[in-house]
Amino acid sequence: MSDRSRRPPGTISTAATAGARDAAPLRGLVLAGGSSSRMRRDKAVLEYGGRPQLDRVIELAERHVQPVFVSVRAAQAHEPTRAGRALIIDSVAGEGPIVGIRSALGAQPGAAWLVIACDLPFLSDAVLAELIAHRDPRALATAYLSAHDGMPEPLCAIWEPAAGPALAEFQGTGALCPRKFLMRHPVRLLEPRDARALDNVNTPEEYAQARELLVPEVKPMQLKVQYYALMREQAGRSEETLETAAATPEQLYGELKARHGFTLAPDQLKVAINSEFASWTRPLAPGDAVVFIPPVAGG
Amino acid sequence: MRFRFSHGAIDPVAARDELREVSAGGFVAFEGWVRDHNEGEEVRRLEYEAFEALALVEGERILAEAAARFPLKRALCVHRVGSLELGEMAVWVGVSAVHRGEAFAACRYIIDEVKHRVPIWKKEHYRNGDSGWVNCERCAAAPRESAGAHPHEHAHEHAHEHALKD
Repeated sequence: MSDRSRRPPGTISTAATAGARDAAPLRGLVLAGGSSSRMRRDKAVLEYGGRPQLDRVIELAERHVQPVFVSVRAAQAHEPTRAGRALIIDSVAGEGPIVGIRSALGAQPGAAWLVIACDLPFLSDAVLAELIAHRDPRALATAYLSAHDGMPEPLCAIWEPAAGPALAEFQGTGALCPRKFLMRHPVRLLEPRDARALDNVNTPEEYAQARELLVPEVKPMQLKVQYYALMREQAGRSEETLETAAATPEQLYGELKARHGFTLAPDQLKVAINSEFASWTRPLAPGDAVVFIPPVAGG
Repeated sequence: MRFRFSHGAIDPVAARDELREVSAGGFVAFEGWVRDHNEGEEVRRLEYEAFEALALVEGERILAEAAARFPLKRALCVHRVGSLELGEMAVWVGVSAVHRGEAFAACRYIIDEVKHRVPIWKKEHYRNGDSGWVNCERCAAAPRESAGAHPHEHAHEHAHEHALKD
């Protein structure tokens, strides 16, 4: 939890923050019922740091509110990443996240919901802590403003019980968009502290970018490289221990050829790892001893 | 079946004695010697260097292949490493077998495979003061005969063998 006494850079609503006593109990709801049509694969199972993002966001939410439920369509209830979680299955008709939010508000009419989309890989503890700290239970919702367009962000927001009937009425007019709902109703809005925190990831390209930003850099590993004959002379040493991010002998040779000015092309060489012949594409492991074998001339 | 390196002069008599067996009716050996010329250059001496850990494994593998192909009694290959003068023995291959035919064939197989596959390198020092790693420098740009089983096989033969003794 962040320091609750700290003020956010700006709060827009003039409503005073109510005491916890008259506020509805807060539950967590992770939205994982989308069809992931732009991603063309289930967004809940996309991985960051080797873990499905649904698991990551549930764990994050649980550090701030408990219990945390997962919003799904009925057809998704047995999907392995979701199965075994506390689920709230869509119980109202319609499409989009508004259905998941309304289903949760309907399932527990006395509860308020910290609603979080599962596709926000940059979401942080600080962002959730600040949202909860500035929750206004007398507004229909407490939400951040988008750092990109200044509009409310409905999918990292606290939805109060009173929003249930209002959302039903809104949806009854044929409206779908919870963002528009927030724009037209009395809600508390916060300026985001971290411009990127609420960026969602909808396409394979965005996913690739987010992984690059989030996954810690490939840790360089330590390898031993031994040199013989012409390569020993060109490297000016018979062996060296080095840190490399190269994943294969192919990448490693590219690195070393540039560093030592080796004249031999890869197709003139063979590779040995730990004193056995190996392929150019075999994954390297920390501690491997690698030898690039120039054309032999025994006898 | 043994493959080993020698850092000093190879003793062919002792090596032959290792292959003696009363059921063997014949013995064939090949000796590779340091020659005074190669590719039109006058050679003054040679240096051999090996990646011994892998070379021993690959050498033993070749001997095992020979034993699987031909009905051998025993086989041995000894390869020199270090600096060699003209006329010195660089490699010794010996095979004992029941009959001469398989002994000749196995000996030929072993030396051919050793030259192509075992990670041993030869540096030639020339009369004019130059030197070069055979197959790596002077011929680095030459087209290779085969990109398949022996990607390092050369169009040129850099043989230093002179004699087949038995």
